[in-house]
Amino acid sequence: MTRISLTVDGVGYTDEVEPRMLLVHYLRETLGKTGTVVGCDTSNCGACTVHLDGRSVKSCNVLAVQADGHEVTTIEGLAQDGELHPMQQAFHECHALQCGYCTPGMIMQAIDVLNDNPDPSEEEIRVGLEGNLCRCTGYHNIVKAVQQAAGAGSAAKAGAQS
Amino acid sequence: MTAVDERSDTTGREVGKARLRKEDQRLITGRTRWTDNLTLPAMQHLAMVRSPFAHARITSIDPSAAKAASGVVAVLTGADVQDVQGSLPNAWPTGPDQKTPAHPSIAVDEVCFAGEVVAVVVARSAAAARDAAELVDVDYEPLPAALDLKEAAADGVLAHPDLGTNVSGTWTFDSAAAGTGTSADDAIEAARSDGIVIEREYRQQRLIPSFMEPRSIVCDPTGEQLVVWTSTQVPHFVRIFIAAVLGVPESKVRVIAPDVGGGFGGKLQFTPEEVITVMAARHIGKPCKYTETRSESLMSGHHGRDQWQRLTLAATKDGRVTGLKVDLLADMGAYLGLVTSFIPMLGALMYNAIYKFPAYHFTCTNVLTNKTWTDAYRGAGRPEATFAIERLMDELAAELGMDPLEVREKNWISHEEFPFDTVAGVTYDSGNYEAATSRAKELFDYDGLRREQQERRERNDPVQLGIGVSTFTEMCGLAPSRWMGQNNYAAGGWEHATIRMLPTGKVEVVTGTSPHGQGHETAWSQIVADRLGVPFEDVEVLHGDTQIAPRGLDTYGSRSLAVGGQALVMAADRVVEKAKHHAAHLLEASVEDIEFAEGTFSVKGTDTPGKSMAEIVWAAFTSHDLPDGIEPTLDSDATYDPENFSFPHGTHLCAVEVDTETGETRMRKYVSVDDVGVVVNPLIVAGQMHGGLVQGISQALWEEAVYDEQGTLVTGSFVDYTLPTAADTISFVNDNTVSPATGTALGAKGVGEAGTIASTPAVVNAIVDALRPLGIDDIQMPCTPERVWRAIQSAGRNQSDATTGAAQPHFEESAPNQDAAAGGAPDAGSAEKGADQ
Repeated sequence: MTRISLTVDGVGYTDEVEPRMLLVHYLRETLGKTGTVVGCDTSNCGACTVHLDGRSVKSCNVLAVQADGHEVTTIEGLAQDGELHPMQQAFHECHALQCGYCTPGMIMQAIDVLNDNPDPSEEEIRVGLEGNLCRCTGYHNIVKAVQQAAGAGSAAKAGAQS
Repeated sequence: MTAVDERSDTTGREVGKARLRKEDQRLITGRTRWTDNLTLPAMQHLAMVRSPFAHARITSIDPSAAKAASGVVAVLTGADVQDVQGSLPNAWPTGPDQKTPAHPSIAVDEVCFAGEVVAVVVARSAAAARDAAELVDVDYEPLPAALDLKEAAADGVLAHPDLGTNVSGTWTFDSAAAGTGTSADDAIEAARSDGIVIEREYRQQRLIPSFMEPRSIVCDPTGEQLVVWTSTQVPHFVRIFIAAVLGVPESKVRVIAPDVGGGFGGKLQFTPEEVITVMAARHIGKPCKYTETRSESLMSGHHGRDQWQRLTLAATKDGRVTGLKVDLLADMGAYLGLVTSFIPMLGALMYNAIYKFPAYHFTCTNVLTNKTWTDAYRGAGRPEATFAIERLMDELAAELGMDPLEVREKNWISHEEFPFDTVAGVTYDSGNYEAATSRAKELFDYDGLRREQQERRERNDPVQLGIGVSTFTEMCGLAPSRWMGQNNYAAGGWEHATIRMLPTGKVEVVTGTSPHGQGHETAWSQIVADRLGVPFEDVEVLHGDTQIAPRGLDTYGSRSLAVGGQALVMAADRVVEKAKHHAAHLLEASVEDIEFAEGTFSVKGTDTPGKSMAEIVWAAFTSHDLPDGIEPTLDSDATYDPENFSFPHGTHLCAVEVDTETGETRMRKYVSVDDVGVVVNPLIVAGQMHGGLVQGISQALWEEAVYDEQGTLVTGSFVDYTLPTAADTISFVNDNTVSPATGTALGAKGVGEAGTIASTPAVVNAIVDALRPLGIDDIQMPCTPERVWRAIQSAGRNQSDATTGAAQPHFEESAPNQDAAAGGAPDAGSAEKGADQ
């Protein structure tokens, strides 16, 4: 067992973990952060995507011990003081989810796409989401949601500058 | 600006409004209750030991090392449970003579497909269970496996030697015999001498439903009742079958489908894993959980499609179809699951599609093989039928030199002809194919794209443009119970709803449907809000727990709104009828004089202030002042059995660019104009279309479950089973026309499967259309770049550019580090997936 200390959604944790334990299993089984889910065994589906120090990672592809000393944000840590993150709001307003299983990972990845490129083209959004599978929506409304969130972001920026 | 303006409808009616979903809040914040999220006190975890062989005798199983491993509570083998596990049910046989293999949840002495469970390990953690599963020592004696569908149909190798044949059953429909039309054979004979005969054989490749949430089951045996949480579309079925298969009284079983992450037919099943989890929990007397890995899901969750279709279409020289003959071979896989054996027949009534064919003959042969069993997958029989006929109509158009839309119009049912009795013996309720087609052409710029196609052809552009058409219909609303009974189904097709009027004015709606992404909580709220005159926000929709929703037949076959929605309307109307009696008493009028509108009961022809629904509900709750003989409740329920199916339709147009040098295809534009009857929530309908379209497009372009010559599924992970990503797909143009369903008060038809049913032939028609000048009239699905490229090569194009053998010595047979081609020269199809391994 190895001792790790990390911050998840703003709370500090210290735990003894098996070296082989994946970050996603640590989040779900040890911390009860079941908002983050597992969809495959091969890091294809992206359902488990979280942010590690602000960048998206597939948490099935990171060992818990690799998160030692780092900061993890999951879907459960996005909304602040009851206010949805603009990407969560955009997913709701654009009907960008149906069964909702891919949604936590998709939202975390979509935020990362906009962090990299605040004003992406449709093509850039699609390529940015390539590592996250959705079987319900055909991606049509997910792309729209990311476009809406990007628009809201740039509008907010423009508002702040003026 | 938001994408949707909820205030746009000024009539105040909820039905038709693009309401944002009630379900979303918990799903976008991670407050979800997937089955795998559940943790119960003292819960133990299961891992399955699965057969690596497609067909083998189990000669011995030694679980001793696994039992000795740390944290292992129990190991159960087939021998341990053979007296209690029963046989998994097949609820829809082709007939009384069907050959049905016994289907144990844990194989006892023979395994019949790779992935079949041979033992289960119960341990204190999922990791401990999985580690110990590796230690179970199973000895197998491999047996010859029946793998190829056509070879299996000839009984070369038997999938189940004890049955004596691989042919499980046959099913036939003949319009002359049924009195619904004339003889297809006569029509074909006549066309051979004076007309056109199109003969084709199409392959419906095997697909995997690939819901995003892997299946998971938790069973708690510690209370008076067995409580089973399972990721299923059909909690009511699961309850009945746990009782029937394991001999537990039904009243002692409660089944809960919590949040369920997609199904697409793949969770319309009663699974070995459900039985095993219940058996394990009862065995150790503690809660048990089993969650499959994605590889297990792909390998052992049921598959879909997998047919060969032999088709003969007869027509006059001016393009009027005179007869259609369909001869199917359908791969059942190793066992007959819940509705495996009837899936092809759900398409049998749809091959004549939107057309007025005078003669039709259908026959299907169901064949057992040593592969994962097939069963429902989005569309279930209807995508196969639609593909066949829509491909044939394009072939007929090509033969005649006509526009594919023109040849369709020549044959389709015109809007004045509804209701229309078809040659397959069903009655189409309503439709307007002209209107949908005209709108689709306009949105697509059909004429403009045809011009561009012509220009590309003329300048010999290496990138050719193809235009694909699919004018589909389907049958929704499974199903009239009488029809199901006539066709050997073990149950009925009704649906149930209960409405409870709570004292504080809130409304609880209990539905027997079991949504897993469809948005019933939102749509059902809209329907009830309109009917009862209560705010949308005040309606709570409950479902998916057999203790909360004791009556229901669940969600599949685009039935929830068409059947369950009507049950809801009936229950709401009964609430209003009861309330009228209460209102009459309070308003001192006779019941006949009470009218109800927009949430208020009033006396006809007077301006006496009325009573609101909330006032009536409160009065009924307190019951201080009720007339004699009136029950102190407004709660009502209803069970609705449809008299007919409903028949949505639509026109889909697809433009695909095909690079003739590389075989790569790129979708340019996709327009769908669908008529799904009255639309309750346009946002949800559009969402269903988008997702459905991509699943159908994906059959055309990307997906295929591939087995190797040993019977191993080589597409056993998402690395190899290639689901489309955002980068593979495009944004669609969708619109609706509305021909209300005539059988129900709602007028809604069903939308869950439409996109998948319609889109596959549109895409393949587009690719073939692009390449037809090269002499290509078919490409087997999925139309991967390799297959398209090979088709172009074999059609004689680009031969001069072929790379010579000497230029690529590492591809030569004698070179090391390559696998010998199995079984001689493989065709393009079987080679390509194997090459990825």
